[in-house]
Amino acid sequence: MEKALKKYFPVFVLPTAAAFVIGFIVPFIMAVYLSFCSFTTVSDAKFVGIRNYIEAFKDTTFLHSVLFSALFTVVTVILINVLAFTVAMCLTKKIKGTNIFRTIFFMPNLIGGIVLGYVWQLLFNGLLSYVNRTLTYSSVYGFWGLVILLSWQQVGYMMIIYIAGIQNIAGDMLEAAEVDGASGSQRLFKIIIPSVMPSIVICTFLSLTNGFKLFDQNLALTAGEPSRSTEMVALNIYNTFYGSTAAYRGVGQAKAVVFAIALAAIGVIQMKITAGRGDK
Amino acid sequence: MRTCKKVFAVLSAAVLTAGVLAGCGSESGGSGAGGSDAAGGAAGSASGSVYYLNYKPEVDAQWQELAAAYTEETGVPVTVVTAASGTYEQTLTSEIAKTEAPTLFQVENQSWLDNWGQYCYDLSGSFIAEHSTANTLSMEGVEVAAVPFAMESYGIIYNVDLLNEYCALENAVISSPSEIIDFASLKAVADDIQARKVELGVEGAFTSAGLDGSSNWRFTTHLANVPIYWEYTKKGITTATSLDGTYVENYKNLIDLYFTDSTCDSALLSGKTGDDALAEFCDGMAVFYQNGTWAWTADNDMSAMNVAFLPLYTGVPEEKDSIGVCTGTGNFWCINKNSTEEDIQATLDFLEWVISSETGISTMSGAMAFNCPFDTFADVELANPLFTSANSYEEAGKTHISWIGTESLPTENWKSNLSSALIEYSQGTGDWSGVEKVFTEDFKTEWENR
Repeated sequence: MEKALKKYFPVFVLPTAAAFVIGFIVPFIMAVYLSFCSFTTVSDAKFVGIRNYIEAFKDTTFLHSVLFSALFTVVTVILINVLAFTVAMCLTKKIKGTNIFRTIFFMPNLIGGIVLGYVWQLLFNGLLSYVNRTLTYSSVYGFWGLVILLSWQQVGYMMIIYIAGIQNIAGDMLEAAEVDGASGSQRLFKIIIPSVMPSIVICTFLSLTNGFKLFDQNLALTAGEPSRSTEMVALNIYNTFYGSTAAYRGVGQAKAVVFAIALAAIGVIQMKITAGRGDK
Repeated sequence: MRTCKKVFAVLSAAVLTAGVLAGCGSESGGSGAGGSDAAGGAAGSASGSVYYLNYKPEVDAQWQELAAAYTEETGVPVTVVTAASGTYEQTLTSEIAKTEAPTLFQVENQSWLDNWGQYCYDLSGSFIAEHSTANTLSMEGVEVAAVPFAMESYGIIYNVDLLNEYCALENAVISSPSEIIDFASLKAVADDIQARKVELGVEGAFTSAGLDGSSNWRFTTHLANVPIYWEYTKKGITTATSLDGTYVENYKNLIDLYFTDSTCDSALLSGKTGDDALAEFCDGMAVFYQNGTWAWTADNDMSAMNVAFLPLYTGVPEEKDSIGVCTGTGNFWCINKNSTEEDIQATLDFLEWVISSETGISTMSGAMAFNCPFDTFADVELANPLFTSANSYEEAGKTHISWIGTESLPTENWKSNLSSALIEYSQGTGDWSGVEKVFTEDFKTEWENR
């Protein structure tokens, strides 16, 4: 069997490799090329050099959106992971109905971002109308609105990963610790957390990139209001691309390339740091 | 056994490959979605085909029917794809780059030709251009780049029955809707209705001036036309890349009226949608509603109501009893010059049929309720009462407000800047100077950045 599979390995890899090339490599190369061009559609681009990049870095709204996204990501990474881990801990205890709770917590993740954005907008605005305000009143409202929305959506997903990690911890190890007289917090910090380090690595990576890439929820919930102060990077790129004439599309493209590279770099650094700890 | 393994391996690979190919297959199928398939065309004698990228979601079903009727009659395949609301340029951007690009697409106005003019086939001498009764668009090197196919008007739509009811109240400030002839009389009526809303059984004089993305264009594009129109008219020009903002104060007059004499507190407007305003108007919760002829369709709630237009009075001295509603068009047909010769001819034939055949005329003027600026429509009776109301102002010798302001708005960015400034003003976190800045400084910089 193994031999047959080895022989046909290219046949198996080819479809996925082709899809990866068509769906990722080619668009990415095109995107990098287009960021040096002025264009209306992708097939009629004119090379203009690094002008787009200069424009992109001169744009103060872009820098603001980067800072806003960074702050947002820091807050959501901590919040989502702490909450997801806590919920996972609770739902791995022998309590009645854990399966139902796991399903319920996971469900928000199945709803699309745009729908969630509009539903939460109605909820927040309904609540804020008691004090005669809306989400657009200040960027602080929009910020926390987005934080609540994203946490609500993602905690369930991360929880599933943590549950898998926690269930993998050998029971005898915990039992031995208990016999040796380890306290609850000692067991948590010395045994459980180090044991689920692989889950932490993957969850941090996912929530980190999700936070930076957030688009649908941002568009639907605040659309950047008031006055572009809750605009995140992805939305800023989108608005640059479509907000002006074709001459500006290259600038949007340049921002997108900068963003993609920066995000990839952050992801790699994060994986290096946390994965290194996981090995210990 | 070995063959068995082999077969298994090849089969699995085949399944995987099929999955990928199926993905590609459905994508290419998607680009031509929505219309008749190519098989229908092969049976016909003509070799070209038509692919129309439609701008207006509200008449998508009618276009599909019209396309099917044409295919049935001539055998020429016509595909109509409609871009989702507010995403026309995005859709056009990706569609026009494809091998099977739209043969027929739309532009809103002259400034769209900056982006899309390079795709415009010269329509001079074509049937649609010859029979047009409105101004076609031209650009350098192309005599007729775009031909308008539907005129539209906007202003303040009012519920005639409700306003008459108000007029019948004791001490009403007017005795007939026709007495509203300028901003002062409009304000007097609106303020009085607002003050006596319980007596009249309404929630406010105006529907909520929602500043959500689904509604803000009523103020950032349509109402914004008015101050610019007056400035241009005063200066005797039709376009400019900077504004003095002389009439922004007048824009404020009407905005303030919308914000105060409203169904809700102005601080809540940023969360109000276009549907909210329409529902309030159709449920009789408000008397006035700023929108255009497109708000009326043969099958929506408004069709059962008695509605008419008031001009957008903003307190400019010249407006008194002498202006009509804002009339113009944002609907131009363009033919893609990169299409094959057969397809261009097929598209020209299709358009000729649309504006001259009985089926075409009755669908355009009936089911779509368009006011089509072609001489072939001269005898057509307008289904939409708002057109009748708009025309009545012109028949009474009043000048309609043209769309020169809207047509010279620099970018989408400018509109969202204005929307942001209005939101800040509505919720009290910013003052009016923010709006003034958009009309003066931002207008200039956005033009410079183009």
